[in-house]
Amino acid sequence: MSLPLDLPTIWVGLLALSVGLYGVLDGFDLGIGILFPFARTPADRDTMMNAIAPVWDGNETWLVLGGGGLFAAFPLAYSILMPALYLPVLLMLLALVLRGVAFEFRFHGRKRGRRFWTVMFATGSTGAAFAQGLILGGFIQGVTVKADRFAGGPFDWLTPYTLLVACGLVVGYAMLGAGWLMVKTEHALHGDARRWGWITTAAVAVFLAAVSLATLFVHPEVARRWGVESGGVDWGQLLKLSPIPLLGAVGLAVIVWGLKRGSHRLPFAGGLLVFVSGYMGLAVGFTPFVVPYAVTYEQAASPSNALGLLLAGAAFALPLTLIYSAWVYWLFRGKVGEEGYHS
Amino acid sequence: MALDALILSRIQFGFVIAFHILFPAFSIGLASFLAVLEGLWLATRRDVFKTLYLFWIKVFAIAFGMGVVSGVVLSYQLGTNWSEYSRLVSPAIGPLFGFEVMTAFFLEASFLGVMLFGWKKVGPGLHFVATVLVALGTLISAFWILSANSWMQFPTGFARAADGRFLATDYWALIFNPTFPTRFAHMVMGAYLTTALVVCAGSAFQLLKRGSGDFPAARTGLRMAVGMIAVSALVQIVVGDMSGRVMAKYQPSKLAAVEGFWDTRSEQAFHIVAWPDRKLQANRWEVSVPKAGSLLIAGKTSAVIPGLKAFARQDQPPALIVFWSFRAMVGMGVLMALLGFTGLELWRRKRLFDFKPYLMACVAMGPAGFITVVLGWITAEVGRQPWVVFGYLRTRDAVSPVSAGQVAFSLVAYMVVYAVIFGGGALYVLRLLARGADEAGAPPQGVASAPGSALGLGAQDANQEDEA
Repeated sequence: MSLPLDLPTIWVGLLALSVGLYGVLDGFDLGIGILFPFARTPADRDTMMNAIAPVWDGNETWLVLGGGGLFAAFPLAYSILMPALYLPVLLMLLALVLRGVAFEFRFHGRKRGRRFWTVMFATGSTGAAFAQGLILGGFIQGVTVKADRFAGGPFDWLTPYTLLVACGLVVGYAMLGAGWLMVKTEHALHGDARRWGWITTAAVAVFLAAVSLATLFVHPEVARRWGVESGGVDWGQLLKLSPIPLLGAVGLAVIVWGLKRGSHRLPFAGGLLVFVSGYMGLAVGFTPFVVPYAVTYEQAASPSNALGLLLAGAAFALPLTLIYSAWVYWLFRGKVGEEGYHS
Repeated sequence: MALDALILSRIQFGFVIAFHILFPAFSIGLASFLAVLEGLWLATRRDVFKTLYLFWIKVFAIAFGMGVVSGVVLSYQLGTNWSEYSRLVSPAIGPLFGFEVMTAFFLEASFLGVMLFGWKKVGPGLHFVATVLVALGTLISAFWILSANSWMQFPTGFARAADGRFLATDYWALIFNPTFPTRFAHMVMGAYLTTALVVCAGSAFQLLKRGSGDFPAARTGLRMAVGMIAVSALVQIVVGDMSGRVMAKYQPSKLAAVEGFWDTRSEQAFHIVAWPDRKLQANRWEVSVPKAGSLLIAGKTSAVIPGLKAFARQDQPPALIVFWSFRAMVGMGVLMALLGFTGLELWRRKRLFDFKPYLMACVAMGPAGFITVVLGWITAEVGRQPWVVFGYLRTRDAVSPVSAGQVAFSLVAYMVVYAVIFGGGALYVLRLLARGADEAGAPPQGVASAPGSALGLGAQDANQEDEA
């Protein structure tokens, strides 16, 4: 290629960024839905919802960019992965639909309607998180590809491994949700959030270790990249990559320290570190594949005129989007109910 | 026909996209209406505009939320059910969908938060900017989607790779393909009409329910809506006619199906009603005006217009569906124009607010815009069959390698979930309309919540909540 810009690499970076942003941003608001059933009072549930109401659909647009971006920039990967993950994607979409409308409908509903949409918000949030875990797990374990098309069966994605990843993602999102609640709330609900923070962080530590180990077993190629082969362990290779799991451990430590000190912000910050570490771990295992070990991002990429045009749009739209997303967060900063929409 | 993955995927796509289009059709118009209302309020400081704004933004929040969630579904449908389409076509038109997401979706979703929750936070000037940007975002959304869809109706600016993929050779020609400008205008006018009809019905219902009295918001709402319906129906007739001429030029097989033409000839008759029959390759019966078809389409009776038999049978669209969907659409359009102009005449005679039969007609026509938009899309999309990219890629070659069982399951799941959320959305919108702008649009008393806040409404209701 004689182009000065390596467009496929730029685009895989941008997509990785938006999927990562999606994971942490919608992660915490899905997490609040996962924690919904554990709230003590209806008023607490209102506060929990208010803590994310102005930002949730902005958060969710990153998922649309993930889907739309994959379609536009790497159509081959999109056309293989979507049929392969048909049912988990369906589950995710339906769950997101139900929880998405619940934001509006719950406030319009009367007695029974309100109860119904409360249940839908919790079920939808949990279901979406679980489905995303199945998708992630299904992606990691790989799909059958023949002649540039998906060639496996409808339930290939359903294995003990994907179920483990799905449960891990649910508790991970719940941990982020608890962290966000500590940032945004006060009084009794804040105390509950702290308790949820302890429980979910412990669970995350367990799942993180379990998923990491299981991934090494599920995929010999991933294990090889981490220096673990049937013969033994390549300590030099593992050492080179050790900052990544170390970052995860630091994240967990920050959460624990923050919870002990009663910090309002540190547990959420620590949760972000844990997610970043997990995400980097994934990247190490799969770069440069967009369909693990079958299709690289170079192979899946659209032609350079399409990618170039897209990039011209993105160069204009993405910084703007990031700026005003940040602005919306800043606008709605502070505790809910103190400097929130009620004052 | 056996229920294979293809036919099930087609039913599913038709269902989820017809469901989705209801909300953009409404929110494109409503966003512009809100921008106008807020602008008028800032300019005149008359309370009635603020009341109307605060009322319709509640309806907007519901419609927009449903549009967002059903739109997320669509951005994955192309992969789950039409993966061959994605693999082959996206290398050319992928950026159009990408732009829709990047420019429009983000603009809408981010500034929507400010629009709904932030009046007191940002001050009226900046809030107005947010409203205008949301309105602009909805229009940009429509721009890219219509561009991509129009390209599928008559593809230009591309070449085929050896492996069958579509590659863009000229993006300007691809984006501004010949059917795009008129179809975009047609859609936007359809959206404005849809919204105006809902505003008209809501306002008329208030005047009927509350009888004579001073309901400034309902009255102003009705006047604005009637004026808008009259103007946009007129514009829409012109734009629709232009769009029809473009279709005649670029998609002759679709035109032949729409008009029930089978033989290629001059002096085509205009069939007012007919029963096109694919097996017979003729109309089973028809009521026609001789020679009027050629005259209407080409301006002279001597013009030769191709009929469906000019196309191989496997290349013919299903004429029966599009013949009738087109006529139903045009019929609805005529009713809308009548409603608008009758309203203007009553307004002139100062009878607009108390002539009950008219107010009832307004209420009855409330859903007309939604129905007509769907009829229009049926005409456009079924008329394109059997192609997904007209003339180049057949719909049956675009489907995913998934099993019929999976698609049957997902179709039922979408139907159930959409029925639930449609039921909820319709219920809450109708409840709001029943309360009306003069009651529900007034700033909340006693509760210190931000105006325009859907949550403000929730916070009041939360006191009476009884759950758990």
